[in-house]
Amino acid sequence: MLAYAARRVLVAIPTIILVSIFVFVLQKLLPGDPILVLAGEERDPVVIELLREKYRLNDPLPVQYFAWAWQALQGNLGISLRTNVPVLQLIAEKLPVTLQLAAMAMTFALLIGIPAGIMAAVKKGTAWDYAATGIALWGLSIPNFFLGVMLIFLVSVQLQWLPASGYVPLSESVSQNLRTMIMPAFVLGNALAASMMRHTRSAMLGVLKQDYVRTARAKGLLEPRVVLRHALRNALVPVVTIGTLLFGELLAGAVLTEQIFTIPGFGKLIVDAVFNRDYAVVQGVVLCTAIGYIGLNLVADLLYFVLNPRLRVR
Amino acid sequence: MTIIPRQARRHWLVAAVCAAALLPAGASAQALRIGLAEDPDVLDPHQARTFVGRIVFNALCDKLVDLTPELKFVPRLATSWEWGTDGKSLTFKLRDGVKFHDGEPFNAEAVKYNIERAKTLPESRRKSEITSIASVEVVDALTARIVLTQADVTVLAQLSDRAGMMLSPKAAQAAGANYGARPVCSGPYRFVERVQNDRIVIERFADHWNKAAYAFDKVTYLPIPDSTVRLANLRSGDIDMIERLEATDVKTAKADANLKTASAVGLGYQALNINLANGDKAKTPLGQDKRVRQALELSIDRDALNQVVFEGQFTAGNQFFPPNNPFSDKSLKIQPRDVTKAKALLKEAGVNGPLSVEVTMANNPRSLATMQVIQSMAAEAGFAVKLKATEFATMLAEGTKGDFQANQYGWSGRPDPDGNIHAFVTCKGNLNDWKYCNPEIDKLLDEARTLSDPAERKKRYDAAQAILSKDLPVMVLYHESWIWGLRKKVDGFVPHPDGMIRLDGLKFAS
Repeated sequence: MLAYAARRVLVAIPTIILVSIFVFVLQKLLPGDPILVLAGEERDPVVIELLREKYRLNDPLPVQYFAWAWQALQGNLGISLRTNVPVLQLIAEKLPVTLQLAAMAMTFALLIGIPAGIMAAVKKGTAWDYAATGIALWGLSIPNFFLGVMLIFLVSVQLQWLPASGYVPLSESVSQNLRTMIMPAFVLGNALAASMMRHTRSAMLGVLKQDYVRTARAKGLLEPRVVLRHALRNALVPVVTIGTLLFGELLAGAVLTEQIFTIPGFGKLIVDAVFNRDYAVVQGVVLCTAIGYIGLNLVADLLYFVLNPRLRVR
Repeated sequence: MTIIPRQARRHWLVAAVCAAALLPAGASAQALRIGLAEDPDVLDPHQARTFVGRIVFNALCDKLVDLTPELKFVPRLATSWEWGTDGKSLTFKLRDGVKFHDGEPFNAEAVKYNIERAKTLPESRRKSEITSIASVEVVDALTARIVLTQADVTVLAQLSDRAGMMLSPKAAQAAGANYGARPVCSGPYRFVERVQNDRIVIERFADHWNKAAYAFDKVTYLPIPDSTVRLANLRSGDIDMIERLEATDVKTAKADANLKTASAVGLGYQALNINLANGDKAKTPLGQDKRVRQALELSIDRDALNQVVFEGQFTAGNQFFPPNNPFSDKSLKIQPRDVTKAKALLKEAGVNGPLSVEVTMANNPRSLATMQVIQSMAAEAGFAVKLKATEFATMLAEGTKGDFQANQYGWSGRPDPDGNIHAFVTCKGNLNDWKYCNPEIDKLLDEARTLSDPAERKKRYDAAQAILSKDLPVMVLYHESWIWGLRKKVDGFVPHPDGMIRLDGLKFAS
């Protein structure tokens, strides 16, 4: 298994290099000049020229890329054009926030999606099934930004239960942190819960038809025990794998959710960076996300390796 | 020691976490929370370029002179000032006993250091604002004389904003270009922390020369870019005031019993700019014939535009200076919409059939709505206006390259009239993307800079605007108002045309 993991890591390296080149070129293809934005309203030509020199924007593209890559290899991802803060520091500040949001959203998705999926499978064809499927369809169809704004109006403005937006670090106050994160995590987890429910349902339906489930029932086991102990365990294998992969999707969804709830995470960082043509930040964040994605895929593969013994014999 | 069974311990913990999560946020009466429409950039007054950054600086960094709601200059760190007889020097008497946040004294040496830093720091964005300053002389500890290369009355206005903000020389020297990470000034509040995209926290400076005027111990600025969410935060009581309440949200805010609004007509304007001589895209009847531009102007009903798009909250305008600016020309009236005359002008210019015009604008609801209204108004006069929405960064780049027929954007405005007009319409102006060039305008506007008598200056500006209103390189459409939303309990807020939030006198009603 170690050899397998090592092989996968080696394969990941060219992927990361390709991603970084791709993003670098793509950014430069974007219309708009970062220096015009950075120079301020007055657009002083002297300042513009100085800034171009400072950020090496007069150099040919390959030179710019290698200069960046050389620094990146030494652990220096550059500084933000907009705020002069080192990109690495920004990433270290923002990544935990988004990871917490994603983890909480995933918890919501699991807590809602799996029980609903089980219920829909066990009570297939009944009103319960249709209700769960209907709610899942709703969850998949309703856009993040709409649900977010509606919830803010209901929960924050009308009922005044939770803050409308903002963020309090965990280190400062756990309770305040949870109060600010519950709504965004729910919004983000909502669509995921729906697809989780669909996956659990179909996996359960498959498993419930298996011989060993019939045997368990024939032994006279109570239905909850059959479903939860015997069927669910096996149905969960594909659900776990899908869950790991969907975690990557969560990071993408976080971009919108963070924007609505003004959570200072990765998503907001990259949106601001793109609009301000803050090249170094975009590059650093995308690189970091690509590594994370590849890492997650690796984890999923290894998990599969652990769960499915047949893969080990090769 | 009492041993709690594991199961019970877990239940207890869950209950505690849930209870803690549901407790309301503890709000201190001494803390003010302000919602900003954007996240500021570098917190260094010499390097900064955003509007919201200036709002924060107003609390952190005192400047030499301040601005009243009537656009008069009043003492701040300078207690008085005097122009030299030839208009080529400006002498400031400085306030005694002022300290920077690091305990260093404020004096004429500090003024000299700061102005030199603004002029020479490679990253400084203030250079173009103070080009006319040649040097600063330290007359005595509390007297600084600014020597100019030529007479330039606009310098005082520049020193009422970022270029006149005083940084602690010791801290600025130590930090260099990284000063913005931890700004040290002499303002009523000192910097505590900043989390990018999340908040900027400042606390009251105990040694400020005017500390009695400031009621709050702590002020937190929270960037909340989505205007709906910003208002929702205000309504839920999570924040106490917000800037840039959307004109279309004023009704909602007024209907809320816990809120009030305040507004001031801003210093700037929004305009339709027409490419006259910048590259091939200028070679259109609109760019080449002023009658066509006049026809376009006649097709627009500015009052209707204001009513439809901004619910009448803004001010229709046709000048570079808003009506609250003493330099606005009261005799230069907005022409009422006249489609027949517009059609006649087009015919005279030899335009037959609908004239296609492409207008570039920033991809935001406000510009989009403005241009859609103009599109339909202009259609009636014979213009086929095509709208091209792009990001702001792209629009700027296309503007400088001349890759536009017309574009719609505005200027945030400056207190001195020169800052609203010179760079846009003089032949070599930095911001003259449309390449309008008229020696007569250059002469008038260059002269106006040097005159200290406001009446004489106004004559030049009136004359220039009379010409510009016929040539129409820049077709001013309206003047925005700054609109603030406040919780009812916030007392003492004075709206200023510069859109800043000044914290003196601001307090919670008891």
